[in-house]
Amino acid sequence: MDNLDQLVISATADFAAATEPARLEDAKARYLGKDGSLTALLKGLGKLPAEERKSAGAAINVAKERIESALTARRDALKNTQLEAQLAAEALDVTLPGRGISRGGLHPVIKSLDRVEQLFRSIGFEVADGPEIETDWHNFTALNTPENHPARSMHDTFYLQGPSEHGGKVEEDVLLRTHTSPVQVRAMLDHVERHKHLETMPELRVICPGRVYRVDSDATHSPMFHQVEGLWIGENVSFADLKGVVADFLRRFFESDDLKVRFRPSFFPFTEPSAEIDVAFMSGSLEGRWLEIAGCGMVHPNVLRFGGFDPEKYTGFAFGMGPDRLTMLRYGINDLRLFFEGDLRFLSQFN
Amino acid sequence: MQFSESWLRSLCNPSLTSDELCHVLTMAGLEVEEVASAAPAFNNIVVAQILSAEKHPEADKLKVCKVDAGRGEPLQIVCGAPNAAAGMKVPCALVGAVLPGIEIKKAKLRGVESFGMLCSARELGLSEDHGGLLPLPADAPVGTDIRSYLDLDDRLITLKLTPNRADCLSLSGIARELSALTGAPLQLPEVAAVPAVHQDTRKIILDAPDACPRYCGRIVRGVDAKAPTPEWMKRRIERSGIRSISALVDVTNYVMLELGQPLHAFDNTHLHGSVHVRYPQPGEKLLLLNGQTVEPGSDTALIADEAGGARALAMAGVMGGEDSGITDATTDLFLESAFFTPKAIAGKARVFGFSSDASHRYERGVDFELQRRAIERATQLIVDICGGQSGPVVEAVAADHLPARKPVRLRSARVVKVLGIPVAADRIESMIKGLGLAVERQGTDGEVSFLVTPPSFRFDIEIEEDLIEEIARIHGYDNIPSPPPTARLAMMPASETLRSPMSLRRLVAERDYQEVVTYSFVEAAWEADFAANTNPVVLANPIASQMGVMRSTLIGGLVGVLVANRKRQAERVRVFELGRCFQRQADGGPVAGFHQPLRLAGLAAGPAVAEQWGEATRKVDFYDLKADVEALFAPRRLEFVKTEHPALHPGRCAEVRLDGKPVGVIGELHPRWVQKYELGTASVAFELELVALQATPFPAYVEVSRFPSVVRDLALVVPQAQQLGPLLAALRAAAPAIVRDVALFDVYQGKGLNEGEKSLAFRIVMQDTQRTLEDAEVESAVATLLVVATRDFKASLRG
Repeated sequence: MDNLDQLVISATADFAAATEPARLEDAKARYLGKDGSLTALLKGLGKLPAEERKSAGAAINVAKERIESALTARRDALKNTQLEAQLAAEALDVTLPGRGISRGGLHPVIKSLDRVEQLFRSIGFEVADGPEIETDWHNFTALNTPENHPARSMHDTFYLQGPSEHGGKVEEDVLLRTHTSPVQVRAMLDHVERHKHLETMPELRVICPGRVYRVDSDATHSPMFHQVEGLWIGENVSFADLKGVVADFLRRFFESDDLKVRFRPSFFPFTEPSAEIDVAFMSGSLEGRWLEIAGCGMVHPNVLRFGGFDPEKYTGFAFGMGPDRLTMLRYGINDLRLFFEGDLRFLSQFN
Repeated sequence: MQFSESWLRSLCNPSLTSDELCHVLTMAGLEVEEVASAAPAFNNIVVAQILSAEKHPEADKLKVCKVDAGRGEPLQIVCGAPNAAAGMKVPCALVGAVLPGIEIKKAKLRGVESFGMLCSARELGLSEDHGGLLPLPADAPVGTDIRSYLDLDDRLITLKLTPNRADCLSLSGIARELSALTGAPLQLPEVAAVPAVHQDTRKIILDAPDACPRYCGRIVRGVDAKAPTPEWMKRRIERSGIRSISALVDVTNYVMLELGQPLHAFDNTHLHGSVHVRYPQPGEKLLLLNGQTVEPGSDTALIADEAGGARALAMAGVMGGEDSGITDATTDLFLESAFFTPKAIAGKARVFGFSSDASHRYERGVDFELQRRAIERATQLIVDICGGQSGPVVEAVAADHLPARKPVRLRSARVVKVLGIPVAADRIESMIKGLGLAVERQGTDGEVSFLVTPPSFRFDIEIEEDLIEEIARIHGYDNIPSPPPTARLAMMPASETLRSPMSLRRLVAERDYQEVVTYSFVEAAWEADFAANTNPVVLANPIASQMGVMRSTLIGGLVGVLVANRKRQAERVRVFELGRCFQRQADGGPVAGFHQPLRLAGLAAGPAVAEQWGEATRKVDFYDLKADVEALFAPRRLEFVKTEHPALHPGRCAEVRLDGKPVGVIGELHPRWVQKYELGTASVAFELELVALQATPFPAYVEVSRFPSVVRDLALVVPQAQQLGPLLAALRAAAPAIVRDVALFDVYQGKGLNEGEKSLAFRIVMQDTQRTLEDAEVESAVATLLVVATRDFKASLRG
């Protein structure tokens, strides 16, 4: 029996010495192969006397199992070593940069418009759009801006040269819209057209973002800039509602609950009463200063009438603000012109 | 409108600090734009009298003065001012005084001790005048603090008035408003009729009563035009932003500031016959006081007399004429105090490129019952300051043409509805009365209403809402709560088949494009180059010639951005813009005559992907952008058809079609523009109709087959010039129902093929949802495709 133990010890040592699978298989052959030592012992069983054969056979089988399990263990160990070597060889420098295309981004003012849209959508405002070459009627007349109002002069408004085949005279009926308010008018007319068969029309809640144009250019004025107009008409829409909606919006937009908002009386031809809206931040470089941010008011009865609403039954409010200015205040940008120069070093900061 | 705070407080003096007063005005809609001090901070400067002024023993330009500053013993002060003289009263800074930039100490000047400093106007920060000491009037009390003597703690307040508040273009008007807001009493100056000493008059004829329904005139004889303006008056008008010119002119300006009534003084000796207010005769010209000769339009009213039959004297309500104006030599005045209607004056000065204090007030609305009061006030001041004898006031009125003040009904319930707050009827009544509006209460309890007649000085109260605004103003906008609004909830539509412009922007940005916003007006050359548009929509009044025409393509703006960024060493530029383009189009809408589609355009230049390790750098090309365009439209399939476009390379440009309709264009920029705009390398651009991009199909479910698919490859040799598009379309069209897809997977040319040939390899996937396909039908399908290819496209099977 000592002999068998010896054999197991010797096989285990041989297996351990094999550092490659092929050598391990060679070692296996030496013990378990056709001519292996253990195989020889098994073959020799027949020569033993019958009374010894059973116990010797059992002992040999125990030894065989021990050798086989040593073999399996060694096979697993070798496999593991090999896998570990492979893994080590395959290790990456995980600090190298990722590959492929990167991402662009939205223009900072458009980002603001996106937030404006989301905030107003959340309380049921739809987004409306309108032409930028607009009729004088939609831009001025329907907004209760009389014929001799200074805003109608060449001073503020871009007009178009008539086609050369008509002598190139300045066109009187069309212009580049000076505000997004004409979209209000279009939205009202559409709404009334859709719902006029009803005794009471559903409420009209709409915001109109877009480009507007005025003859003006310096660090705080651009001949083209953005505006967003808001309009809410219903049977019971009040000035208090206007204050509530706009103040809520400004606090959400600037994500600042302690933002101060004040409304002070002002004048616009298309609203009555009218208000100018100022905000003051409670921190940052502009802390405590009142900043003019929007104009608003209750829609003038004449404007409601032009839009097809009965001003006795319906009231509404409208507001207009400058997303460019909102964006400048939000990010601390000091020059309006940067928005329209397309400098990627500037624009990519907001992605 | 600029004015002196102390002047205002002389008319209405609420117990508020300056800051509080400004806040009250701002919150009532009279926005305080600026507040400035009348003088910089300083102290210890008093009124002093020079008792003697001797030449300094050691210096020719210095004087040694003995000065009585009300401090007992006279002070010895060395002074360098040329006008220092015995007897003169001047400001004196005592030892210890602090002036802007100077602290006064005992000093020795060339050996002579000096105990203070005599001051010029510049040293006090009052003006730039440093010609000498500031002379004070002889009656100035010695020893009085100069700040209180000259009222230097006064503040100059500038209001940014809205055009509807013409009634506040005067001190009286602002005081009236302040009184209504604070309850402090209003103390307007007493104005009594100045008795006529002589009976000289001029007849006044209102030939244009629609422009001038009221005109008061009066002759004042024997005035001293050289009399000095009193200091108090000078100070008030100067602190209100009007330069002191002469006593007569100053009085007219003073009354305009005080009451809001513009006045004009003619030299009566230059007038002949009656005074007319009439429209011009054809070609009539007038030399104005500002030196400008104008030919007023036929709707511009003139003041005229009868010299030589008819002569224009002034542009009514705008500016006087040079020939009839007053001078230092004037002794006899004809004083005008008239009401010109806003409509008659609006825009008239602007036509000639100027504005005047008078036209500014008239075009917004002057109180049409103020004329007589104003002329009496002015006459009194003139007689007091310049002497002279006044004649009777002649007043011409065309009552039918005076503005009407129709009563406006104000319903208590309407106030509550519009403002959204409860306001009691009694409160409404007292607020309206406080504003000086005549009010008649009607109805009871729940249905109280008021009949309100606006006064002649208010031009902005015509409808109920105007009164509601007054209620809101006096109540205070700040005192109206801002609760979250209430409304009936209804869900917003959320279409699955219509993509918003914002979501499309995000898709483009995800493909590595940076959004830009460029001007909608561009250089005419861009339109010619990038759109071959020689007849663009032209601005009549562009701000600059390079912003002269409306764009009909977004590509020009994107090239502009590329050029600008190239100058800043940006090699890889990928930008997009979503915006409108503009073209004249007869059947365009919604504004007739114009087509204004929203488009989305992109432009890419430089490396296809940002330079990075492990990837060979490759320039962006047509197919990169084609993939972007396809991705934007996915899952819809586009057709790309070779085309020509002014901006693009004729061999590398395609029209993008969707369902057979053109929806855009894609291509490499034309080499001509690459050179002209110094772009360095070719860039690729696309421009797509937004409306086509917004629509996206509702997903159509097809059962997924449980049976295996069969794949066959088909390599076809075709002539080099053969485009893939038509061939692939024909194969797809001819494919039997079992063919799920035919797709190109390789293009090869070179070894093994003849010159002028290429190989296109297609993968054909076949499957049936109901059964496993049989070999025979698979082979038959492939054969069908091969037939089409060989018959219609000169293709052969690659060996």
